Amino acid sequence: MGEKYEPKILALICTYCTYTAADMAGSMRLQYPPNVRVIKLLCTGKVDVIYLLEAFKAGADVVMVSGCEIGDCHFLEGNLRAKERVAHAKTLLDDLGLGGDRLEMFHIGASDAPKWAEAVKLMTRRAHELGPNPLGRKKPRAAQTNIEELRA
Amino acid sequence: MIVAERKPFDEIAAATSGFRKVLVAACGTCVAVCLTGGEKEAGILAAQLDMAATLGDREQVFSVGCVERQCDREFLEELGPQIAEADAVISMACGAGIQFLAEAYPDTPVLSGVNTTFIGVNEDVGVWTERCRSCRDCVLSITGGVCPIALCPKGMLNGPCGGADQGKCETDRERDCAWSVIYRRLENTGRLANLEEVIEARDHRDLLPGRQVHPAYQRRYSAHE
Repeated sequence: MGEKYEPKILALICTYCTYTAADMAGSMRLQYPPNVRVIKLLCTGKVDVIYLLEAFKAGADVVMVSGCEIGDCHFLEGNLRAKERVAHAKTLLDDLGLGGDRLEMFHIGASDAPKWAEAVKLMTRRAHELGPNPLGRKKPRAAQTNIEELRA
Repeated sequence: MIVAERKPFDEIAAATSGFRKVLVAACGTCVAVCLTGGEKEAGILAAQLDMAATLGDREQVFSVGCVERQCDREFLEELGPQIAEADAVISMACGAGIQFLAEAYPDTPVLSGVNTTFIGVNEDVGVWTERCRSCRDCVLSITGGVCPIALCPKGMLNGPCGGADQGKCETDRERDCAWSVIYRRLENTGRLANLEEVIEARDHRDLLPGRQVHPAYQRRYSAHE
């Protein structure tokens, strides 16, 4: 203990819009906190509630999902599906006592690099406000749910 | 199919609090279709319970099992090895499946993870509506395929009550009056004369626990007969 808290932020982002924006943020040399770990998806419609819960189980302090702007989804409504699922997952996190504020959905267009940088800053601030994910600081469990089998 | 909804998380968490190893048993038929008790939903519940236990400093382990149907003995047998390892089982099946699971494994506490709500249809993506009360005395041939028992809040059997207004029900202005729908359906199919038939009040004295045997299985033969 006593270590400086550096939040771990998981970002599940869509390749068509937000990932392009994040890429452009790099080209534009925009500064944003290095706490974010990006997982690129073909579409945020792939995001399942179980992925979000597993991310927190694995110790992520906050999780952000970011897809295309509403109406701009490459697959028409993947980002709308993700929006609904994130809203549902927030209630599940509230239920179990971790708090839904640790999870947030964003819609960032491919050309909107500054918005991506702002979103990461926002979530980093929130991670500092909320403090570390208590699950990440507990001892590893003897056994885990066999969710790997579910994914197979 | 049978439709169910998940119980509130706090209720499930409280029911499991005294057990160390808990199996969440999903059912792959009706409750999987209504996105309540299938393998994926069982995984979500197990992950939620696991995190809540960690947060509460409780030493609990949650695992997931799934069978095709919990209302068939053959399928329930598959859960045997997992149940042998568990201190308790949360069944995500309908009320029938939960009871059959508890009967098949009488030495293990079986808890319910869902509230069974009704027999219904998939009206739209993610929307299910009730269509049948399994009253054992079907009047659908007379009422144009619209059930007045399931769809009329008052269960009126011979025409609408006085509360219908512009084809809507007095209990809910969004709800169609079942008897208006029945009238239109019979009119469309040229069977308005059906309305003259008087449907007698249901005799509820025979509503004992149901049991049904297929005629071809009335007699059981032994191997050497």
